[in-house]
Amino acid sequence: MNTLIAITGLGVLCLLFEILNFRKAIIPITIIGLLAVLGFITMSEYNTPMSYYNNMIVVTQFSSSFSALFIILTVFLIALSHDFYEEHQTKISDFIAIKIFMLAGGVAMVSFGNLAMFFLGIEILSISLYILAASDRLNIKSNEAGMKYFLMGSFASGIILFGICLIYGAMGTFDIAEITDWSQSAELPSWFPIGVTLVTIGMLFKIAAVPFHFWAPDVYEGSPTMTTATMSTLVKVIAIATLFKIMTAMNAELSDAFINIIIVISIASMTVGNIMALRQNNVKRMLAFSGISHAGFMLMTLLTMSSSSASLLYYAAAYSLAGIAAFAVILYACKNKNNEDITNFNGLGKTSPILAATLTAALLSMAGIPIFAGFFAKLFLFNQTIQAGYLIIVIAAVINSIISVGYYFKLILAMYTKEPNEEVTKIPFVIHAVALVSIVLNIAIGLFPSAVLDLLG
Amino acid sequence: MNNILNQIGIENYIFLCVILFCIGVFGVLYRRNAIIVFMSIEIMLNAVNLLFVAFSTYHQDAQGQIFVFFSMAVAAAEVAVGLAILVSIFKNMNTIDVGKLKNLKG
Repeated sequence: MNTLIAITGLGVLCLLFEILNFRKAIIPITIIGLLAVLGFITMSEYNTPMSYYNNMIVVTQFSSSFSALFIILTVFLIALSHDFYEEHQTKISDFIAIKIFMLAGGVAMVSFGNLAMFFLGIEILSISLYILAASDRLNIKSNEAGMKYFLMGSFASGIILFGICLIYGAMGTFDIAEITDWSQSAELPSWFPIGVTLVTIGMLFKIAAVPFHFWAPDVYEGSPTMTTATMSTLVKVIAIATLFKIMTAMNAELSDAFINIIIVISIASMTVGNIMALRQNNVKRMLAFSGISHAGFMLMTLLTMSSSSASLLYYAAAYSLAGIAAFAVILYACKNKNNEDITNFNGLGKTSPILAATLTAALLSMAGIPIFAGFFAKLFLFNQTIQAGYLIIVIAAVINSIISVGYYFKLILAMYTKEPNEEVTKIPFVIHAVALVSIVLNIAIGLFPSAVLDLLG
Repeated sequence: MNNILNQIGIENYIFLCVILFCIGVFGVLYRRNAIIVFMSIEIMLNAVNLLFVAFSTYHQDAQGQIFVFFSMAVAAAEVAVGLAILVSIFKNMNTIDVGKLKNLKG
């Protein structure tokens, strides 16, 4: 609870700084503030789980570990913002404040104890993202991305709301703990399973799993690169964690039909995402499809819900840290260009070896090559799923990991084998710092996986 | 109030709301004018609000009615953002036809 209050306060403070003319201090102060929230409040909440305001917010080890991950990702994204919004300095407080409010929505989404908080969290997150997606307002592509995202997002919100309504009709309460208790009992109106299905469908829209993924590539391509970075790392992780939490609360004993649906959606997401990614030339579009396939991998954790929260956290951390490192380099390579084609990366290995090495490491981590965290994340996930007896989905996942190497290497080859197109521009310090710190964190949790896995032991 | 609900039956409320919700869904899927799409989204949300109130009376529980306030406030905020995006699209492209948004393809 205190994490949520502190983050919201920080967002308000950020807006006040603009009025008080402290524009230059906004980014350093928000970063320090977020790290302080992480260090003092979230840590202490991790050790003392409890519930607040009639179970509106329930702080558990699950919620505070995921909140910590979200805060770390937001720190990276805000650090990158300075360079990206260089030409929009007058609006910087708005951009930063919206990102912080988005984080508050995300924290509310993993620590809700009542469906009202769940709905509010998801809407705070989505509305902030609609604004960020359309924030480059003179650019037609950004407008179109914002509009498409708005239409799909509010459509999905409507479905989620209808699901919540049917669950309320069946249970007569919005409290998650009571719903979990009563969902075990045999006699429930048929509205309850319909409601749970609708909420699940709405959440699958938000994480862009396969039958509901069609908006993702367009929105990722059209949005400003900074927003794409936010969507493909922070928001994807938030949505997956929320889906996991809501499934554990409502569906503790999965029916066979539901398991089959999860297997089909998961395999379809991996396959469609990877195969479509193979033929993309736009890096943002490629990473959108790569994100769809990673959503498929993370959906596998739903099959072994009672024991897989630790491996979900690990996978999410590995994927999103690699994503941040990759996007830091993309932000540099595609700056002042009007597209994000792979040709922009030609010869990056010669002009800036450090960034090229970081991007290579990030892509290898996403593909699942050892010593990077992505490999161990997949290892733990597959191991757990095999032990639970779902062999087919693991075979599909391994085949998909091999396919994914293909398109990641397309980018790596462009960096190291082609000649550079143009003169080197100066690389801002922040981009180096963010790229290196996030990839080092990624390798560190790869070498010491127990540091993350023990959080949710 | 509860008496009327007993006479009509909660099922009929659910059917009505499902029909309204589906009208909204088909409006979003088939209409190309952005303003009408927004209206259809509002119909979807308001169908749900109606069902919340019906369930709230059915369970003799005020929580459902409180939730309607949340969802109305959220819907208002959502449409405000949506209209702002629509205005910038109109300034750039001089149209509000959703079907003409075809710059992003791949």
